[in-house]
Amino acid sequence: MEKQSLLKVRNLRVEFSTNDGVVEAVKGIDLDLRSNETVAIVGESGSGKSQAMMAIMGLLAANGRASGSASYRGQELIGLGESGLNRIRGSKITMIFQEPMTSLDPLYRIGRQLVEPMVHHRGLAARAARARAIELLELVGIPDPGRRIDSYPHELSGGQRQRVMIAMALANEPDVLIADEPTTALDVTIQAQILTLLADLQSKLGMAIVFITHDLGIVRRFADRVYVMRAGEVVEQDHTGSLFANPSHPYTRMLLAAQPTGRKTPPPPDSPPLLEGRDVNVTFRIGGGWFSRSVDELRAVANASVSLRRGQTIGIVGESGSGKSTLGRALLRLVPSRGTIRFEERDISDADKNHMRPLRKRLQLVFQDPFGSLSPRMTVGQIVTEGLRVHMPKMPAHERDLRASEVLREVGLDPAVANRYPHEFSGGQRQRIAIARAMILKPGVVVLDEPTSALDRSVQKQIVDLLRDLQSAHGLSYLFISHDLAVVRAMADYIIVMRAGRLVEEGPTDAIFDSPREDYTKSLMAAALDGTPFRNTPARA
Amino acid sequence: MIVYVLRRLASAIPTLFIIVTLAFFMIRLAPGGPFSLERPLDPLIMQNLERAYNFDKPLWQQYLIYIGNLLQGDLGPSFTRRDFSVGDLFRTGLPVSIALGSLAMSIALVVGVLLGALAALRQNSWVDYTVVGTATLGITIPTFVIAPLLSLSFGVMMGWLPAGGWGTWQHMVLPVATLALPQIAIVARLTRGATIEALRSNHVRTARAYGLPARVVVGVHALRGAILPVVSYLGPTAAALLTGSVVVETIFGIPGIGRYFVQGALGRDYTLVMGTVVVIACFVIVFNLIVDILYAWLDPRVRYD
Repeated sequence: MEKQSLLKVRNLRVEFSTNDGVVEAVKGIDLDLRSNETVAIVGESGSGKSQAMMAIMGLLAANGRASGSASYRGQELIGLGESGLNRIRGSKITMIFQEPMTSLDPLYRIGRQLVEPMVHHRGLAARAARARAIELLELVGIPDPGRRIDSYPHELSGGQRQRVMIAMALANEPDVLIADEPTTALDVTIQAQILTLLADLQSKLGMAIVFITHDLGIVRRFADRVYVMRAGEVVEQDHTGSLFANPSHPYTRMLLAAQPTGRKTPPPPDSPPLLEGRDVNVTFRIGGGWFSRSVDELRAVANASVSLRRGQTIGIVGESGSGKSTLGRALLRLVPSRGTIRFEERDISDADKNHMRPLRKRLQLVFQDPFGSLSPRMTVGQIVTEGLRVHMPKMPAHERDLRASEVLREVGLDPAVANRYPHEFSGGQRQRIAIARAMILKPGVVVLDEPTSALDRSVQKQIVDLLRDLQSAHGLSYLFISHDLAVVRAMADYIIVMRAGRLVEEGPTDAIFDSPREDYTKSLMAAALDGTPFRNTPARA
Repeated sequence: MIVYVLRRLASAIPTLFIIVTLAFFMIRLAPGGPFSLERPLDPLIMQNLERAYNFDKPLWQQYLIYIGNLLQGDLGPSFTRRDFSVGDLFRTGLPVSIALGSLAMSIALVVGVLLGALAALRQNSWVDYTVVGTATLGITIPTFVIAPLLSLSFGVMMGWLPAGGWGTWQHMVLPVATLALPQIAIVARLTRGATIEALRSNHVRTARAYGLPARVVVGVHALRGAILPVVSYLGPTAAALLTGSVVVETIFGIPGIGRYFVQGALGRDYTLVMGTVVVIACFVIVFNLIVDILYAWLDPRVRYD
């Protein structure tokens, strides 16, 4: 049965006027959403998928302009005035955003923020709206909603805040829910909970969902139909099943093939241990000050023992707050810790700054955020050679430049980029620069702290390939910290699972993935890799 | 919160003590004394004067005597205004300075926030350019230029208001305007910047996405956060305004306490300078505390205990 289109988008264009001239973010897309169906818009960053939805909601930045048509039940939204839009926004069409940490106003209790749209759109009395808000919090699975309604956003975790956003989105029983990467900022287990919740609520309340994402794994399990966007255009659209079975556009095929593949073979059994930690403990003090004596201690890492052998990659997985990054930093002696740490057979547990300095060039670190970790005021050449200037101050400049060209070529960049600044590069290119900065010192151990998490899938795959090539060429050892199990599986030959500062389980990669022993590992695997749909009943009528 | 306030007040005591000590010895480093005149006094009279004011004792004893008196609330006699104690001078002068300063502060706060918010909401329009332009001008022109200009034009040439003096509300208009103008400019600029940032924040986008009317989006969700930098600016500024301005009090001939600091320092009126230091330090401490309390009230993420 063909249902009437709830949301009908025709030839929608979005332009931004910038200092470099007019940039076309969305180049005339068509899109239809029928009631009670879930449509996914898939694309990599910069494909215009979010901006298209922002344009429909009248939420473009001040320098953005939308043209074309987007109508909701026959009401044209593009060019509609603020008061006209305000009758539809938050009432008929609601939206959940990508950033759960910042999407709620930090200065007001969540109850007040939940109540506001209900009072405004439906004229509910304060008392009734509050009762409804508690119901909604209950519905989205916030424990003890009667008390939690008076919490401030900062008192809730990211997952809980996203649940509050969902409650807010459902408050006025909308026809259309636009979810813009609602789970990207969350841990995998929470992601699964949120998506299951959305699917349940949809079957209960019968709204249509537009789901914007870059994660094809979610699309397969969640959507009825898929639009694939690239560079502001819809390159392919189809029902989910047929799209995954027969992708027709090469870009869709590329996206589908972009899951990192391959496995890392373990190093020979006789390869010596390079970096070892025994009973490593890291404690942070919380609170306290000049006049207060109340100091709490947080055990970020508790009794962790790790032995990284030459040529080995150990993957450390766990959710945010599990202590995986802290453990990596403790092993590099970047945070104070108790326990024994040995590097190249030498005890460095108590080595001070001066003793560590000559070792630093053998122990390198690559960070998650390719935007924040490169100084915006230094050229790529300066960034890459900075370590050489610190550790080998006597090296002549021309040799430094030679080394820089070499290492830039090795990470797949043109050596001519040395004179340019980081902001001129994409996320993937910046991560290559960060890797070059680590590699130029010819390290023995590199700690990779979520190096691919901020990147699109297709770029992730390239970085994974690059890291593996560098490892086999130079016999490097990696500590690979990630919450992304698909990437870890492709990178590591040994895995450590962490939770709340403790090692929950460890073993060779295949053993952990194929037969996890601990419940926690099982739930982590299920949340990340399970292919069963979140929805029991397909909504297509 | 009460515990926090008490703790802060308790920690103010050592701060004050250090300030008083430093000020006491630093002013004594300056050559000359309260009784040094162009024509030296008769040595005998000088001796008697010095004995009367304890200047013949070693410095550390004088210091202990001063601290002892201070603890009893006695700021000592003024050396340049012979018939008054420093306490008397402040009792008459401080209310005048506070009246002027608090009026200027309130006006700066209300007008500055309004103009700043308006400029932010009409960013890159003529309203914005006018506010920013005027504000820049207001910050760059010093009070010792504005004060005589106002006095000359409204007081002398047009004769609408008294050119100086003290007594009626008309006397307050020009000095308050002089004090308020630069503060309006600064507050407007701070508010404008913070509001523009707040309007771009994700939670304001959420408020708009949920169809809330503009007055709620701006008034409730953008301005409360935008006011925070203004609050932290106003703390030390309030302390400075309420303790009087040398320039304004001198030009308009106002009997506040702002003049005492400079006059006292020039006349080596040790007790007067010390008294001013104590009063200003107390104001700074109290206003910083008020700002921190206001901050915690405005922003629930800030918690002190």
